[in-house]
Amino acid sequence: MSIDIILFLGLAVVAILSAAGMLFSRNAIYSALFLIINFSAIAVYYLILGAPFIALTQITVYAGAIMVLFIFVIMLLGAEQTGRTPASWWMRPLGMGLGALLILESLYLIFTHLHSFPQPIEIIDGFGNPGQVGEILFDKYVLPFEIISLLLLVAMIGAIVLTKKKMKR
Amino acid sequence: MSEYLPIVVLLILSAFVAGAAIALGHLFGPHHPTERKSLPYESGMTPFGPGARRMPVRFYLIAVLFILFDIETVFFLPWAVVFRKLGLFGLIEMLIFVMVLVVGFLYAWEKGALEWE
Amino acid sequence: MIMDWALLTEWTIKSLVLIFGLIGGFAYLTLFERKVLARFQVRIGPNRAGPHGILQPIADAIKLIFKEELIPAKADKIIFIVAPIITVIPALIILAVVPFGPDIRLFGRTITLYISDLNVAVLYIMSVTSISVYGIVLAGWSSNNKYATLGGIRSTAQMISYELALGLGFVGPILLSGSLSLVGIVDAQKNVWFFLYQPVGAFIFWVANLAEVNRAPFDMPEAEQELTAGYHTEYSGMKFALFFMAEYIKMIAVSAIAVTLFFGGYRGPLVDQFPVLGPLYFLIKVVAFLYLMVWVRATLPRIRYDRLMAFGWKLLFPISLGNVLLTAVGIGLVGITGNNLWLWFIPVSTILFFLLVSHFAQGAVAGGNK
Repeated sequence: MSIDIILFLGLAVVAILSAAGMLFSRNAIYSALFLIINFSAIAVYYLILGAPFIALTQITVYAGAIMVLFIFVIMLLGAEQTGRTPASWWMRPLGMGLGALLILESLYLIFTHLHSFPQPIEIIDGFGNPGQVGEILFDKYVLPFEIISLLLLVAMIGAIVLTKKKMKR
Repeated sequence: MSEYLPIVVLLILSAFVAGAAIALGHLFGPHHPTERKSLPYESGMTPFGPGARRMPVRFYLIAVLFILFDIETVFFLPWAVVFRKLGLFGLIEMLIFVMVLVVGFLYAWEKGALEWE
Repeated sequence: MIMDWALLTEWTIKSLVLIFGLIGGFAYLTLFERKVLARFQVRIGPNRAGPHGILQPIADAIKLIFKEELIPAKADKIIFIVAPIITVIPALIILAVVPFGPDIRLFGRTITLYISDLNVAVLYIMSVTSISVYGIVLAGWSSNNKYATLGGIRSTAQMISYELALGLGFVGPILLSGSLSLVGIVDAQKNVWFFLYQPVGAFIFWVANLAEVNRAPFDMPEAEQELTAGYHTEYSGMKFALFFMAEYIKMIAVSAIAVTLFFGGYRGPLVDQFPVLGPLYFLIKVVAFLYLMVWVRATLPRIRYDRLMAFGWKLLFPISLGNVLLTAVGIGLVGITGNNLWLWFIPVSTILFFLLVSHFAQGAVAGGNK
């Protein structure tokens, strides 16, 4: 049990530091790299929770595929070379206000639910393995699964429409 | 969970070996940087312009298409594991899923998103 | 607690054997490749360092250690140094889930000849592959050299394009074995190796592998006429050696994975009676595939980049998708009729599909010539 807590806290430090690093990096490529570390830390959380399939999907899809897209976009825009653009006067107060709101919200949720957090449940053997994920996903959640294909289709068409003008010269 | 610990051991040792290789080159190699040596290598010509430039938008499109079909592939894996249990129903639901994406694929092909020039 | 230390020692020893086995394999694969290529070109190849040149890799390693390493003035120094490390780590850890032989008994305990048997091993391989592209794109970007940047992003685009066909290539063996674990997939090939049921799948997987490890005829990073040396243009000394090492270790790794998925892994005659034969069979099969890689390099010219992308997207991807669906149909037919002979529906139908698609897509792939 104590090893779990040490692991949890260690990972929390990695996750929070990498998230902060992503926010405060001047260079967009560094931000992307910090985000990859962050995604990987979260993947390890899934692993601790007994969901290896989701953990490795997190790495394959998020840390792998989506971050490649981010890096391509950063290079496409040349964003890593542009210096700091001066912030507008309203950006800082707005950001602080929204941040404060988020903290208040979280505190409210934590303190109102302090005694009603769900207790950790014992993980049954074989939980979260690909076979079980498959059985549930392709039986009980068939409709969401099919709708995913439509979402992917929309995303594909969107990307093509956005770049098409430049493709057909 | 415990079956991942050996992989952690392997990961740490690999990182150590890779770092050691870099350190070895650093320790034993000569260091005589000159201004000329530190210029970008452009086959002997005097380098001009900025080093890293903006990349064509095609790469963006390739990356988007990759993400979508990568997600599709990830869905294939648990489906393949339980396929025998699902039987005909599993085949039909996956066919619907794939058909929708094939429509997107044909659209991309038709619109020239897969052309390079 | 004592048990834990024993386990930790076992893991450490196995990891070190794997890492140094791969590094040694890399060293002698370079010699193997140079020798075999020389034979194809009616030359002798390296023969000065030691008898038949067998000390050549050691000489190369010593030379690289004592080389001057340059870091371009405008390079991003941290990423420039880290990039070779993040390229080589995925190459070293990807084989953690591959069984090299059946369990053996040593010192009174059962030793498994794999680092770990994950129930999501295939997904592990996919995630390690997807991480391995970063080293290349970052090496190109951090060099601040236009050829390196373009080479890095081109290689990355190539790798992700062929990763799709690669990922779908895994699905065939999973359908046949009903397992994501490579140990399970090898066990399921006890009687019939999967390439008999999956001839098209194995072929596509193999071609996608060549592109994934940037080998000829897909060796874009080495298209020296266009890109000097691609993403590692600015690298020298040991940092260059790490990229070189990653490339060759990946060759070994993908051969090992292809052998495991389609060619029975360590299985062969008498392997159940004499488990020691397992690693031997595995090695022989992997060397055969490495020879095939060198042969392809000696035979085929490099593909132009636009055709390479068209080949991946318009030919390999549709065929691998069709292969997966036809395999599922074949297994469904077995399930309905209860007759295992229907499994042979898979190779027949996939080969027909392959011929059909390649006939129609031929023009599309070659269509870049205007």
